[in-house]
Amino acid sequence: MRRRRVRLAVPVPLLVPATVGVAFLVLPLAGLLARTPWAQLGSHLATPGVGQALRLSLISASLATLLSLVMGVPLAWVLARSGIRGRSVLRALVTVPLVLPPVVGGVALFLVLGRNGLVGSWLDETFGITIPFTTTAVVIAETFVAMPFLVISVEGALRAADTRFEDVAATLGAGRWTTFRRVTLPLVAPGVAAGAVLCWARALGEFGATITFAGNFPGTTQTMPLAVYLALQRDPEAAIVLSLVLLLVSLATLLLLRDRWLGRSGTPVA
Amino acid sequence: MSLSARVVVARGSLALDVAAGVADGEVLAVLGPNGAGKSTFLRVLAGLLPPDDGRVEVDGAVWDDADARTHVPADGRSLGVVFQDALLFPHLTLGENVAFGLRMRGVPKATREATAGAWLDRVGLAGLGDRRPAQLSGGQAQRAALARALVVEPALLLLDEPLSALDARTRLTVRAELRRHLADFPGSTVLVTHDPVDAMALADRVVVVEDGRIVQAGTPAEINRRPRTDYVARLVGLSLLPGTGEGRTVRLDSGGVVAVAEDAAGPVFAAVRPESVALYLSRPDGSPRNVWPATLAGATLHGATVRCELTGEVPLVADVTETAFAELGLAPGARVWATVKASEVAVYAR
Amino acid sequence: MRRRVAALAAVLAALTACGPAEPAADTAGPVAQGEAGEVSGTLTVFAAASLTDVFTELGDRLMADHPGLDIRVNFAGSSALAAQLEQGAPADVFASADENQMARVTDTGLATDPKIFASNPLMLVLPPDNPGNITRPENQAGAPSLAELLDHDVTMAVCAPEVPCGAAAAKLLDEAGLGGVPDTYEDDVRAVLTKVQLGEVDAGLVYLSDVHAAGDTILAFAFEQVTNEINRYPIAELADAPNPDAARAFVDLVLSDEGQQVLRDAGFLEP
Repeated sequence: MRRRRVRLAVPVPLLVPATVGVAFLVLPLAGLLARTPWAQLGSHLATPGVGQALRLSLISASLATLLSLVMGVPLAWVLARSGIRGRSVLRALVTVPLVLPPVVGGVALFLVLGRNGLVGSWLDETFGITIPFTTTAVVIAETFVAMPFLVISVEGALRAADTRFEDVAATLGAGRWTTFRRVTLPLVAPGVAAGAVLCWARALGEFGATITFAGNFPGTTQTMPLAVYLALQRDPEAAIVLSLVLLLVSLATLLLLRDRWLGRSGTPVA
Repeated sequence: MSLSARVVVARGSLALDVAAGVADGEVLAVLGPNGAGKSTFLRVLAGLLPPDDGRVEVDGAVWDDADARTHVPADGRSLGVVFQDALLFPHLTLGENVAFGLRMRGVPKATREATAGAWLDRVGLAGLGDRRPAQLSGGQAQRAALARALVVEPALLLLDEPLSALDARTRLTVRAELRRHLADFPGSTVLVTHDPVDAMALADRVVVVEDGRIVQAGTPAEINRRPRTDYVARLVGLSLLPGTGEGRTVRLDSGGVVAVAEDAAGPVFAAVRPESVALYLSRPDGSPRNVWPATLAGATLHGATVRCELTGEVPLVADVTETAFAELGLAPGARVWATVKASEVAVYAR
Repeated sequence: MRRRVAALAAVLAALTACGPAEPAADTAGPVAQGEAGEVSGTLTVFAAASLTDVFTELGDRLMADHPGLDIRVNFAGSSALAAQLEQGAPADVFASADENQMARVTDTGLATDPKIFASNPLMLVLPPDNPGNITRPENQAGAPSLAELLDHDVTMAVCAPEVPCGAAAAKLLDEAGLGGVPDTYEDDVRAVLTKVQLGEVDAGLVYLSDVHAAGDTILAFAFEQVTNEINRYPIAELADAPNPDAARAFVDLVLSDEGQQVLRDAGFLEP
């Protein structure tokens, strides 16, 4: 009886690097789980700073995502559809935070929104409002670094979308704003969702711009990444526990969201 | 005239200059090859593209006037458009799709749903209001698109190659239904197509557009009987042979001589229907005075008929039955003899 | 006596002036003569952020004397450095801003025999335009207390309690009953200084050495409790140092008259 050669679903030249890639990404997480002090988990979690930092992180990341949606979706539309001149320059500027070291972003935010900054000094003089060292500063810092992810994702989706549907809507009497709301947006909803998830995840993990611009104060500006960084300096076990919490919360949210968006519409949309 | 339009558009390689009028209840077919500018003409009528020059007026309302710099955008026009791919909104149900135009006009929900439901019944899609477009067949989608266009009772109905994306059998049924609905529609209709059968079956009048210009206008019967260009002639299967009339013969520009039944003089077209051409393997004896040698350049099967393209001193298109084709053992490159009765050659002035 | 000092000075001058210099010796002992002269290779130093200017200067001097030597210094909060060393980061020398952080490293056997080379009290600093309106109470002799200086609402930055500067600041503020005043806890003292220089906070607690380094860019106040919490800076060679000769040379330089002078000039106090 001849032996049949089993053909793998994935060709070997691809399988090997892919496996290495998976290991590269998963092993550090596995290491985290392996070194977690499970016996002392309860006491570490009970420290007051942990709950504060987690709550602050979740709230600020969500607010940053909201802000990014409000500003980012229209911006993506301008980049993808408006046809105005200088779009490529605009796009390059908008994506600068992606390549900028976050700390540099923090410094830049200082120079504009700090107490002596371009806009900040005006805010201080006119309204007595200072932004650094407040939770608002955290949201602003996170929005600054995370919004480009949303803009790129939504712009891509808009470019790929079929513009004929917008013609159809116009012939049925829909004005431009109505068309945007009722036809364009629903069609690119998966792209918007994907961008929002990326944005949220990036905002949650933001460190450099936050610590530089918003500072570090428990409850107000000490987000989870900051808490982990400082904990690492005095008590590595506490740092591991905090990291684990952040990892589990992020993982849960990413899984939940993905499921929701895949199961929502029956039709696959481009 | 309910629609009165003169449209001039120059973009890229297209120079479109077309004027047309359509009365209430009338259906005008715009027939032409791809790239002729028909779809551009439609987009201008729809308000999706402002013309470079000209004027569009519907039911007394001026939608475009290049001189006065007026342009009413699409959403301000009383329009219904059916697109080639139906283009039903994928994220809405069928009912919501059909009701979309009503919603844009502020019709309250209950009325919307009732009207949409009634229209779905009319086009034969009763009870499918909750389905999504992805769950429909091509024919069903096109019917729904028609309902969506008509539900708002537009002054002008535009159809852009509505049957092109359908398979042959569905096309037959949908065309028949479309004919019914167009007959009931009180407004003006402009139908753009490259399929002459659509034009013949659905239109009251036809204009043929080639390279941005109208080359022929008339009823479907007139176009069919007396095509004025190669394109149209080929479309309707006629062999159109330009030549000079010399009494009972026509000397063709291509060199051959055709015997005809009526006297002809001056520049003329000699037109031969494909079914009038008989093919033989060897030169036949007998009555036909028109006998020419030819070479079979190509053969296409249409149903049970084979349409043969013949080259030679008298280039012709001949229709033979499948059986005859097989019996003759024909293949591209074969030498044959073609005959046509003189009485079956139509001659008309060029 | 005078002749001996003169002789000492002459030998020192001769040794430092020409050729590859001997590693500078401890002030208390005799001048080392004829020791292994040249050191080369790479030297990695982990140093508290407050030592930035001084160690850069000393590093440059050592590199000038030993052309084959390349010195890399990692400046950060001492607790971050201690944590890195605990995790196995390779280094030759560790200089910490307080004894607690050095203890972490010596307790695990990573370093032995730390020597105190300087001390550094905290000062209250303000931006030059004093946006917080911090003033000395009138008609008072001697330094004011912290509580008197910070008797009203101000925006304040201090180091995080995890770092030596912050540990000292926390104690000082708590003793003065001002534990809740800071608005932000920075990762290292230079970050606090920067925020004061930018005018983003009304006040900050930084080291005396930082006050020297900042010069005109800030105002500084000494206060009554200054001496209560003074950080003592230890330095040690690491047990597994890749370049022990260079490590020794650097430590000796820091402890030498020359090194001490540089420290003094920068505002550090005697150990």
